[in-house]
Amino acid sequence: MPTADVGGTDRSFAGLISGSSRAVVAPALPEIDQGSIVPPLETRAPEGGEAGSTGSIFRIIGRVFIENKLAVVGLVILIVVVAFCFGGPLIYHTDQLSIILRPITGPGTCGAGKINIGPPCPLGVDDQGFDVLGRLMVAGQSDLEVGLAAAFIATCVGVVWGAVAGFVGGVVDSVMMRFVDILLSIPSLLLLIVIATMFSPGKNQLIFIIAGLAWLTPARLVRGETLTLRTREYVQAVRVMGGTGRRIVLRHIIPNAVGTIVVNATFQVADAILTLAALSFLKLGLHYPQTDWGDMLTDGATYATSGYWWLIVPAGTMIVTTVVAFNFIGDALRDSLEVRLQRR
Amino acid sequence: MFQSILVVLGTMFIVFVLFKLEGPESLARAILSTPKATPAQLNQVIKEYGFNLPPWDQLWHEILNYAQLNFGRSPATNQSVLSEIRVALPRSLLLVGVSLILSVIVAIPLGVFQTVRRNKPSDYTLTALSFIFYAMPAFLLGSLLLLLFEDHWHLAVPISESETVPQIAFNLRQITLPVLTLAALTVASFSRYMRSSMMDAMTEDYVRTARAKGAGQGRVLFRHAFRNALIPIITLIGLSLPAVAGGAVITEVVFNYPGMGNLTYNAAVNSQVQVVVATTVVATLLTVVGSLLADILYAVADPRIRYAHR
Repeated sequence: MPTADVGGTDRSFAGLISGSSRAVVAPALPEIDQGSIVPPLETRAPEGGEAGSTGSIFRIIGRVFIENKLAVVGLVILIVVVAFCFGGPLIYHTDQLSIILRPITGPGTCGAGKINIGPPCPLGVDDQGFDVLGRLMVAGQSDLEVGLAAAFIATCVGVVWGAVAGFVGGVVDSVMMRFVDILLSIPSLLLLIVIATMFSPGKNQLIFIIAGLAWLTPARLVRGETLTLRTREYVQAVRVMGGTGRRIVLRHIIPNAVGTIVVNATFQVADAILTLAALSFLKLGLHYPQTDWGDMLTDGATYATSGYWWLIVPAGTMIVTTVVAFNFIGDALRDSLEVRLQRR
Repeated sequence: MFQSILVVLGTMFIVFVLFKLEGPESLARAILSTPKATPAQLNQVIKEYGFNLPPWDQLWHEILNYAQLNFGRSPATNQSVLSEIRVALPRSLLLVGVSLILSVIVAIPLGVFQTVRRNKPSDYTLTALSFIFYAMPAFLLGSLLLLLFEDHWHLAVPISESETVPQIAFNLRQITLPVLTLAALTVASFSRYMRSSMMDAMTEDYVRTARAKGAGQGRVLFRHAFRNALIPIITLIGLSLPAVAGGAVITEVVFNYPGMGNLTYNAAVNSQVQVVVATTVVATLLTVVGSLLADILYAVADPRIRYAHR
């Protein structure tokens, strides 16, 4: 089902054609600016007065964040996490490069005895002599970067793949979607292990590896959307006026599927962070000097029996809260888009 | 059926291509499992395994071998890969199967319960819990459980390599923790889907009609809404089969459970091509079988599908 049906196509022209010109019949000549084509009235949301007032997906998202408590909670958590990871190191100076030989000590102390170096570490010292609080910030940077970048790449690839498959149809669609089916049937972690062992990856490689399997879900979703969208009157109208396939996909189909895409992208970030943690646990994630929460957690888990809770609890809390925050936002967005659908 | 064969062949191709990127030299070195192999030894292995043949020939040989269930020999243990899979597969099926059944048994009533108690404190609590468990990395939950039950309370014991499937299955001290870990994460997502699918079903016209005709809450819930709400869950079970097999990798590694996931992981870390290709293909085969099973379950749950095919 289309979710952001009213948005995209006329968003950028909303100012030009709002009000009186809403019922204007689309210009007959293809050479005239095709962007100003007004979709037929019945494809718009019934409650919309001005074109764009209900339309823009960004407005809908904005409203979700105002109305939905869960989304607000998620967003606040996320802002705090981002501020902590990227802003934190500016205030709290920490050395995460030089390995200092010092014993593991609890919160408030930085090493023991003679090797009690520097200002007190609020969250203690880990097994490699790193200050845990500072490490949490640096690790969070890689987690957020990998999560967001992998989700972004996966979404872009998946959207284009799905839209092209759904729009072109026929043999092309079959071949493209069989390919997706095949990749989806392979247990993803097994494939990730195979790839990650081959490349002994850094941050950038990990982004591509994670995205390389994550794009399958948006591809399927967008293809489904495209199948329903391509029969719409406004797509037919563009076609009648000589709009190219490329134009229809990029300017009309993808913008109208944006709701589904955004919701899925939110979940993609959460999943990418979890995948990175899983890879780190298998020792296939980031290596020194880079680190991520999963890496910290895995290191900490080996000391779990010794009662060094500060090696596990902070990193574990960070992963869980960040993933929960993204899921809150995704859930809230999906709920509101579904409600909007039911209203129509 | 045609598509299933295509999927299995495609999997072989993808995994095969990925490994061929490593080049014959390093593959041979991994098989010899000594860093100081002489060029003569390497060449012998390359010839023996056919790594010098054109890729298409290699792929073709591989497909022929697989059709005869000949997966090659594992360099680490010098056993045939088939025999290793024969040992590991039932264990994995036990772990994944039991936890999947357990999570369905728990998640479906949970979803129904949350629908009945919608927007009440118990619903919110369960929703919050499911969010937290869904966000928890499997190895974190596994490690915590290990810490509490094995090291602290000594209630659980590790699984040894030599145990047979019935031995593992009936030794609750061994199997409970891995099953719980896997099930907890699955319950978290299944119950959320069950809740939303049940909520959707409760807003349908047929539920209103049933109410109008005087059906009680219990009858409406279980006779009218429940079976309709099950259909998306069956899809979900079908779709999550590869994820369950993948999630089992982490769980198996955490608990050192000697199943397919552990086998694949150890083989991949040691670049044992034959083993990784074989386990991945077998796991994919199982996924394909699983999705066929899901199709059959559809027909059981939804009479419309059953009648449509007659």
